[in-house]
Amino acid sequence: MSAARELLQARGLVVRRGGAEVLTIPEFCLHERESVALIGPNGAGKSTMLLALASLLKPSAGEISFLGSPVIASSGDTSYRRRIAMVFQEPLLFDATVFDNVASGLKIRGVPGDEIRRRVGETLERFRIDHLAGRSARRLSGGEVQRTSLARAFATKPEVVLLDEPFTALDPPTRHGLMLDLAEVMRESGCAAVISTHDQMEALRLADRMIVMQGGRVVQSGTTSEVTANPVNEFAASFVGMENVFSGVVVSAGEGVLVLDVAGQHLEVVGSGTPGERVVLCAHPEHVVVTTVDPHHRTSARNVFPGKVSRVLQFGAVNKLYLDCGFPLVASVTSHALQDLGVAAGSRVFASFKATSVHIFRKG
Amino acid sequence: MDLILDGFRMAWHLLVTLDKEVLGVTLLSLKVSGLATLISLLIGVVGGTVIALAEFPGKRILVSVVNTSMGLPPVVVGLFVTIMLWRNGPFGEWEILYTPAAMVIAQTVIASPIVMGISIAAIQNLPPNLRLQILALGASRPQMVWLLVREARLPLLAAIMAGFGGVISEVGASIMVGGNIKGYTRVLTTATVMETGKGNFDTAIALGIILLLICFAINYLLTLVQQRERPR
Repeated sequence: MSAARELLQARGLVVRRGGAEVLTIPEFCLHERESVALIGPNGAGKSTMLLALASLLKPSAGEISFLGSPVIASSGDTSYRRRIAMVFQEPLLFDATVFDNVASGLKIRGVPGDEIRRRVGETLERFRIDHLAGRSARRLSGGEVQRTSLARAFATKPEVVLLDEPFTALDPPTRHGLMLDLAEVMRESGCAAVISTHDQMEALRLADRMIVMQGGRVVQSGTTSEVTANPVNEFAASFVGMENVFSGVVVSAGEGVLVLDVAGQHLEVVGSGTPGERVVLCAHPEHVVVTTVDPHHRTSARNVFPGKVSRVLQFGAVNKLYLDCGFPLVASVTSHALQDLGVAAGSRVFASFKATSVHIFRKG
Repeated sequence: MDLILDGFRMAWHLLVTLDKEVLGVTLLSLKVSGLATLISLLIGVVGGTVIALAEFPGKRILVSVVNTSMGLPPVVVGLFVTIMLWRNGPFGEWEILYTPAAMVIAQTVIASPIVMGISIAAIQNLPPNLRLQILALGASRPQMVWLLVREARLPLLAAIMAGFGGVISEVGASIMVGGNIKGYTRVLTTATVMETGKGNFDTAIALGIILLLICFAINYLLTLVQQRERPR
């Protein structure tokens, strides 16, 4: 990745609205063939950042450059915008057929008719909507609309594609199918991408790097595995799927292992600290193992707690077990595993997790 | 009752025999109102698009003025255009008062705000981010405007219908600036008024039926286009 050229850069980017700063990005860089996910809640500034990167919004301060040349946010300058593409969250298809929609970017660029037919045909196939070519965009399902919208963006062979929450309006199965196809198209086309999302799974599936945003600022930035494993604070933790977040106090420290007091229970985690120090602990629910018999002698996990199932919630094929172990703990269990365990709300269980599964950070 | 039946009989006779005078009046009506609609389409769609897309102080007031003007009373327009074209008026030297040209001007003044008002609404009703999406596709500003107008084509067809319907059926302005001169500025509406005044109800009914048929035919054609555009 280090050898890849820097495609898109932003420095000191500030966007103000009504006197308030809604986006402050000191530095941003997108390399060739790289995909970056902007993750955060509504109002985090993700869409504003994408609009600024697409030169559709003039920043109040700062500079955006593409391959070293400054990008000017002006509706009259098309040279930069014809090398990128942007897909909006809402379906913004033209009142025309799927073919004409996908061809629109090419027609705008004055591409000859034969070339348009060839490229549109290819793109429709890649997004599995070639059978819809002649259908009016007004007669498409939500998934077909978003596939057409993505195909329209990729038909122009952009060097950078900016995707603003492209799956938000879709149901989970449609979203999953489209995500897989998009990942494949992105890999094949080799174009760089910036994808805004509030879904950790989308970020993990589609991006190499992740930028966690809150209130228009970057909370954390790094590779997806870095950010997922080591969130810098509670906010970042909650956005990378760490549902188990609790406060603790360091009781003792030695040989890279800390003993922490969490609501009167002692937890062992890997890390450094000084006794008496207050820290925040977080762990992915996937790392918590639930058993109905005491696993003390059969597991290498250092943390084993007896507890009671407070409630069970189903999220597709995965179930979340909400446990009371003296402190609240969430565990992810597949439907099949839940059936084998035979537990329900009120059942007595044992929860265990490894010392390496817990990430800690100082309260800031 | 006989009066009405006689009227229909006469109308039928005038229609099937292609009465020269009625044919002349009908053709002039189509020419004057058609030309006025075309000119107002140009003024209304261009002006409406500019007003809808541009941001400037006083935009809301201007939109209100356009919307109010959609219901301009034809007699007021007739009075205004007459004054403008009167021998001593600002455009008196053109010497076009009581000519079909003056009627086209008056009807254009009536139809333009109708087309403009509907155009503004049509463009403003498009999704707000569509403009950005079009620019993101690499469009220049003129390409963006063209694509937006194309997206609003169905409501713009309604603007043509409303504009044409408004001017083909108006009488006040046409009679004031045209003068209802036989064989020169007499159109369907002014002729109907005159024949009614003379008590020639059969001719008046015939002219009325022709007027209704023209309105129906034009609107039917445009509706067909609209329906063909809409997916079923």
